[in-house]
Amino acid sequence: MKYQTVIGLEVHLQLNTKTKAFCGCVIDFGKAPNSSVCPVCLGFPGTLPVYNKEALNFAIKVALAFNCQVQGHTKFDRKNYFYPDLPKNYQISQYDLPLSLNGYLYIHGKDEPKRIGITRIHLEEDAGKLIHEAGSSLVDYNRTGIPLIEIVSEPDLNSPQEAFDYLTNLKSILEYLDVSDCDMEKGSLRCDANISLRLNGAKELGVKTELKNMNSFKGVKDALTYEVIRQTELLENKEKITQDTRLWDAEKGVTVSMRSKEGAKDYRYFPEPDLTVFIINQMMTEQIKTQLPELPQEKSLRFMRDYSLSEYDAKILVSSKKDAQFAEECIQKYPGKDKKEIVNWLIGPLLSEANLRKGELNQLSINKDELLCLIGFVERGEISHLSAKSVLTQMIDSGKTAQALIKEGNLLQVSNESELIKIIETVIAENEKSTADFKAGKTNAIMFLVGQVMKKSLGKANPKIVGDLIRRRLS
Amino acid sequence: MELNQLTAHELLAKLKSGSTTPDAIGKLLYARIQEVDARVNAYVRSSGLISSFGGLPVTIKDNICTDGLNTECCSKILQGFRPPYDATVICKLKEFGANIFPLKANMDEFAFGSSTENSYFGPTHNPWDLASVPGGSSGGSAAAVAADEAIWALGSDTGGSIRQPASFCGVVGLKPTYGRVSRFGLIAFASSLDQIGPITKDVEDAAILTQVISGYDPNDSTSVNQNVPDYTKSLTKDIKGLKIGIPKEYFVQGLDPEIKFSIEEAINKLKSLGASIKQVSLPHTEYAVPVYYIIATAEASSNLARFDGVQYGYRAKADNLIQMYKKTRAEGFGAEAKRRIILGTFVLSHGYYDAYYLRALKVRTLIKQDFDQVFSDCDCIVAPTSPSAAFKIGEKTEDPLKMYLSDIYTISVNLAGIPAISIPCGFTKKGLPIGLQVMAKAFNEEMLFKVAHTFEQNTEWHKIKPKL
Amino acid sequence: MSIDKETVEQVAHLARIELQPNELEKLSGQLHDILGFIDKISTLNIENIAPASHILPISNVLREDVPHISLTPEKALENAPSKQGNFFSVPKVIE
Ligand SMILES: [Mg+2]
Ligand SMILES: [Zn+2]
Repeated sequence: MKYQTVIGLEVHLQLNTKTKAFCGCVIDFGKAPNSSVCPVCLGFPGTLPVYNKEALNFAIKVALAFNCQVQGHTKFDRKNYFYPDLPKNYQISQYDLPLSLNGYLYIHGKDEPKRIGITRIHLEEDAGKLIHEAGSSLVDYNRTGIPLIEIVSEPDLNSPQEAFDYLTNLKSILEYLDVSDCDMEKGSLRCDANISLRLNGAKELGVKTELKNMNSFKGVKDALTYEVIRQTELLENKEKITQDTRLWDAEKGVTVSMRSKEGAKDYRYFPEPDLTVFIINQMMTEQIKTQLPELPQEKSLRFMRDYSLSEYDAKILVSSKKDAQFAEECIQKYPGKDKKEIVNWLIGPLLSEANLRKGELNQLSINKDELLCLIGFVERGEISHLSAKSVLTQMIDSGKTAQALIKEGNLLQVSNESELIKIIETVIAENEKSTADFKAGKTNAIMFLVGQVMKKSLGKANPKIVGDLIRRRLS
Repeated sequence: MELNQLTAHELLAKLKSGSTTPDAIGKLLYARIQEVDARVNAYVRSSGLISSFGGLPVTIKDNICTDGLNTECCSKILQGFRPPYDATVICKLKEFGANIFPLKANMDEFAFGSSTENSYFGPTHNPWDLASVPGGSSGGSAAAVAADEAIWALGSDTGGSIRQPASFCGVVGLKPTYGRVSRFGLIAFASSLDQIGPITKDVEDAAILTQVISGYDPNDSTSVNQNVPDYTKSLTKDIKGLKIGIPKEYFVQGLDPEIKFSIEEAINKLKSLGASIKQVSLPHTEYAVPVYYIIATAEASSNLARFDGVQYGYRAKADNLIQMYKKTRAEGFGAEAKRRIILGTFVLSHGYYDAYYLRALKVRTLIKQDFDQVFSDCDCIVAPTSPSAAFKIGEKTEDPLKMYLSDIYTISVNLAGIPAISIPCGFTKKGLPIGLQVMAKAFNEEMLFKVAHTFEQNTEWHKIKPKL
Repeated sequence: MSIDKETVEQVAHLARIELQPNELEKLSGQLHDILGFIDKISTLNIENIAPASHILPISNVLREDVPHISLTPEKALENAPSKQGNFFSVPKVIE
């Protein structure tokens, strides 16, 4: 690679408080247009904002979870620009004294984890929704005034994949905090990307473009990938890259310049005179720190320590908060000393069942004790691993017990020697060559013979016992 | 005297004793309005006459939201706007049992002005001389009270908009401490300076009305949670031993000699009533007007951005959004509004913020420190309310700067956030009223009532009424 | 600092106010005078003086996260110059 990719991400997150940032209107996405609005969030003349205490707490939680320095003195500012989704024609946001600065989070790098800087996390309010029609545009203000935080990353991301990983880890942590739905399709989490290329080793950054209109993490990755190629070609052809904002077209798989006539924006930020400053002292932040839940990193470390899981297994299990909860309950119920067995079931058959059903582990309709009972059958060699998997599927579909399903399927393995010996005799008779090979010392010929016995027993024979019997018979 | 000529406290006593009814008072008010308002134009919109009154009527400036009643800031751009809510002060008045008078008082458009000439509904005339302005921006409220077209009234004061018209019309006007009265429902001009206050016939009425509208409001982040004293207890007619500061910067050239004379007479009066007089200095006074016109217009340019024809008020015909914005605001705003919005937009715009807005905020700190300094050893400050008496209609409309300078003695108070009152203290040879201004430290309205009431009760000025 | 017609035009665009040529002419002159007067403050020494963005010492004014009763769409749209169903309606947006 001749060029280095430099990416920074801006994430806007809707906080899931009960009410809006500056008024008591309930946040409810199901509602009819302009039915969750009041004079305050409609920006009617004479009305005044008062900030939502819970929104501030949520924002501070996020700041702490991403290792940001929460500022002792922070204030709101007005960002002035005209647009119909903005009732006051200014957005209450933060400019020079944001809530928090200098945080970071880790993504997995080549050899050791890579640290991605977070420049700032600040408070603001959401705008309304516009529906563009032929001759006119329609405005719904239900969304205006929903509390937002903006999470701005440093330009530390060097590939579309890293951007994807950053968003994945960001979301995972935010889910643990339970301060937002984090649903990009629904717009409760939005992401804009800044991307530029520069010659490897170059000091100064190249000309950047800003990418908007991605509505999934994959969309962000695809848009960035497209932009890397586009910018590379331009550079290769000695054409200059123009700094502009480009919209991602998921259909066509291309980014298109907005070519906004409105020249350089002049937002005329100034301190919001209708709101007071916020003095956030050590005590407040310490108090909120105590409310923080165990976050993915700590949890996986604890899983590795307490249940002696491999880092790989632990990371898979904690990536989703709900999965982690389900998994830990199973692990604790599991009687065995070595938890490896149950963990393999969790990250193997169970996760794939969950994924098949496009859900999380805890959404699988399966009783944990029943699960452990099923695993018990396998460990006692009473059913084969293969049939256990299909029983699991049936358990989830039918809700029947492992016991019942094994009976129905008549899946108990045959360990009764006399029965097995009958089968073995016929197999030996039918396979003189293999038998000879084994006697001649080709020990692995026995695998073939065992296989034949399994076949004849329709998979119900206990392969271990079969092996022993054949050895005895032929030695 | 007719009922409509009495003060609110006199009428409240009559209502209490049952010797009159709200309807009787209301009918006389309407009669008076029919008689004189064609000449005074203190009220806007003749709509909404009502036949029965629930309580003592109070007149409301057109920039204070009244549920279901037109509230248009005397601007075309708010044409037909009926708020679906009451301002907090209106709720408090209703709890008190007052009746919200259905006609709203005239004002300079969005309170941009010192003469009430910038009203979409035409200028208000000064009851003492119909060819002169009543002052502004609360000129309608002041003229209505002076002409006995109102018992008492609410105005708003951002740079003198209550005190200056009160002085021009020979009535009492008070600008409370910033944060004393809720701004919720007051259509904002400059959020960090605006306060609602009373315009009344005497100081006792001012004390009562201030009492009613003051107090913490959870809907206004900038209202202060501090209990409201019983202001009528400050009406003691005793100022013996009070230390009154006289700021030398308020007696420089530019002050009309006639005004200067009356103010000095008033100061002597206060002295004779037992106060000690001390000359003091507010060294940054000369910077108040520039600082004010940076901060006030900057905040106004943002506060008035919402008037764009999308959700309420006037909308011009246009086939795309940007044209709709530009035409609506071009046709909906008057000349002074456009001037201030553009000035305010400029001082906030890229590359100028530090030189203008930020610098102005710092000078504002200096101006506040001046007052802290003086109040460290004075109980109050006494000064003229305005450098001149009421000027002629049209006299200053072509020269905005000259108009701005007529607020030179009232603006510092808003920048410092402190309370001040204007009371009648004499007349010019032409028979125009002169106002005396008393200022006190933040949340010490009691001091204002004490001094103003004592002066008033020992003079006759407030009893003289204009002949209409 | 002085202000020329071009600047006034740009600022008027920022403020979304259409100015007629004669208005622009007049306004530029007036703003020039006003700014000339306002420049008085540029002479003051304001080193290490805190800006008074709020004149009150109050801070941390917050509300509890408790719902209130919103307006009905009818009420919300009562003053609308133009509406379509439950929506406010504006002329088409062209950037
Ligand atoms: Mg933002
Ligand atoms: Zn609301």
